[in-house]
Amino acid sequence: MQQTNKLTPFFENLNFERNDNTMVINLGPQHPSAHGQLRLVLELDGEKVVKAYPDIGYLHRGIEKMAENMTYNEFLPTTDRLDYIASTSNNYAYAHAVEQLLGIEIPERAQVIRTMLLEVNRIISHLFFLATHALDVGAMSIFLYAFREREFGMDLMEEYCGARLTHSAVRIGGVPLDLPKGWTQELLKWCDTVEYELANTYEKLLNENRIWKMRLEDVGVISAEEAQSWGCSGPMLRGSGVQYDIRKEEPYELYSKLEFDIPVSDRCDSYGRYRLYMEEMKESIKILRQLVPMYDKTAPQLMAHAPQYISAPKEEIMTQNYALMQHFVLVTQGMRPPKGEVYAPTESPKGELGFYIKSEGEPYAYRLKCRAPSFFHTGLLQEMLVGAYIADVVTIIGSTNIVFGEVDR
Amino acid sequence: MRKYTPKDNVQKKSYYTDRFYVVPRVPRSEVQSGSHFADVVNSLKKFVRESYVELGQLIIHIKSTDNIKVLEILKDKCGYNVCSELSAVDYLARDGEFEVFYQMLNMSEAKRVRVVTRIKKDEAIESVVCLYKSANFSEREMYDMFGIVVNNHPYLKRILMPDDWVGHPLLKTYPLQGDEAASWYEVDKIFGKEYRDVIGPENRDPAKIDRYDTKRFSRVGYEVPFGADISDGEKENDIEYSKAPLVDYTKSQKQLDKRK
Repeated sequence: MQQTNKLTPFFENLNFERNDNTMVINLGPQHPSAHGQLRLVLELDGEKVVKAYPDIGYLHRGIEKMAENMTYNEFLPTTDRLDYIASTSNNYAYAHAVEQLLGIEIPERAQVIRTMLLEVNRIISHLFFLATHALDVGAMSIFLYAFREREFGMDLMEEYCGARLTHSAVRIGGVPLDLPKGWTQELLKWCDTVEYELANTYEKLLNENRIWKMRLEDVGVISAEEAQSWGCSGPMLRGSGVQYDIRKEEPYELYSKLEFDIPVSDRCDSYGRYRLYMEEMKESIKILRQLVPMYDKTAPQLMAHAPQYISAPKEEIMTQNYALMQHFVLVTQGMRPPKGEVYAPTESPKGELGFYIKSEGEPYAYRLKCRAPSFFHTGLLQEMLVGAYIADVVTIIGSTNIVFGEVDR
Repeated sequence: MRKYTPKDNVQKKSYYTDRFYVVPRVPRSEVQSGSHFADVVNSLKKFVRESYVELGQLIIHIKSTDNIKVLEILKDKCGYNVCSELSAVDYLARDGEFEVFYQMLNMSEAKRVRVVTRIKKDEAIESVVCLYKSANFSEREMYDMFGIVVNNHPYLKRILMPDDWVGHPLLKTYPLQGDEAASWYEVDKIFGKEYRDVIGPENRDPAKIDRYDTKRFSRVGYEVPFGADISDGEKENDIEYSKAPLVDYTKSQKQLDKRK
């Protein structure tokens, strides 16, 4: 054990200087390829990783603790800061869990808008994955191309809710705003662009690219059993040949009415996962195209009618006394859901994002647990990195697509 | 009379209370015979203390010492091969117990079961890492956040908080802003505990904004000399705005494109 003092800090009993052939290196927490604040302690034998120890917590903000001290509506903008690449999916997962607890029915237009936003966020997140993953591996131009399309997607989000990253675009009980005029046309145009770029730029540049294949094939291999045991979800699980997508298996919102496929890859490696992300974007575009005609057929109601929990529309508040009183109570005290507990899983771009909420009938949640997919994928690193070469470590981190906002919470 | 605030739960409480308000409960239903959940309950028969379905998920209450056996049966016989989440709820103030839950998923049936157990304050619980590797990080987080010791865990160590942190943040007794040890954490770590007196509570947080600090802050319209004592309030000064416009449109702008 080290003698710890101010000049020689204490690093978890790690002895960086060894007498044998192994070497211990420290990667992160400030490393451009660590996707945030990941610290990896790697024990190397030559260039091979013998032992990997992921150290997290550098972005811990105590979001679960904050949830216990905030009313349900107050907490919603905080969920933006979980997976900040696709914040609407966090907003939705949280709102969905609370709605399950309240047992309220969401108006159809709100459902269409939510599903649209979720899929736009999925594409934005996947493009971000593609860009950063390619950059980590060394393909600079893909980064620029993918970020260009992502910017247009973020423009769409900005036009809808005014924010580019921290959207808060979903409310408990519905959505705050209707789509702006002509938004769906813009969306369809963007879908066309992304589809064109997918087929003609990204896939043509990467799919058969010799360097890309050499760097990704048989790197970061995880078998189906291991993936299930480690609690993997999303593309990490489907990349290992397990066909499980919560949108299909436990459908929420409109997913049961939409036609889409669940791409699966049984390659179990980074290349398979990369192909999966590309296919998922195509499926999301398919979903978005089905949603646009659905939107036109819906009635214009945006928030659920549940006066006990959710404020009435503004016109009613301004004209009817009782609606105003209820609004006042809900704003000053917050809603009081019934006693009970709920775990509501949703398929976020990274995997299974679920909120466990324990309510004791107070305006503050008694306990809120955020089941973040990246947390479990980070845990997996300690097994997946063993046996890999040091040059592949960055590829594997990029391929797991972890975001530290939701790992550390 | 000052309102009594209990020390065993310092989380935010509702200011408005209604003595006559009866909190409704999320509907629970019996496990229907012949369903998938009924099979699960049957195969766990001797361990189940209570079982019901709430919001589409089966909830099973068991004894804390049976957790390995129950999860083993769930995994091997009922096909619940994913433990998607595991954590605890602090009921120390009310019951003197923690509630530990395991959120299980059956992928072939797309069904979810929550196994719930209770442990006393200083009791430890057996690790389930031997069955589900995802429990590795989750149990470490549970230990970090609640101080629940997990027996036979391969590497039980704090995960989100620093190793030398005092206290367990998600306990109901732990305040949102952190406790005394948390506020001195940086000072203790960088300078040592003996420097607490030298630095003092007013300087321990360099980001702290003090309303009465006139060395670093002044309020617009209430400016005072450097370092003045303003504990008795400060005099209001008239704010004088500059009359000069930032951009003078009356003057003709330079015609840059004429140079071409």
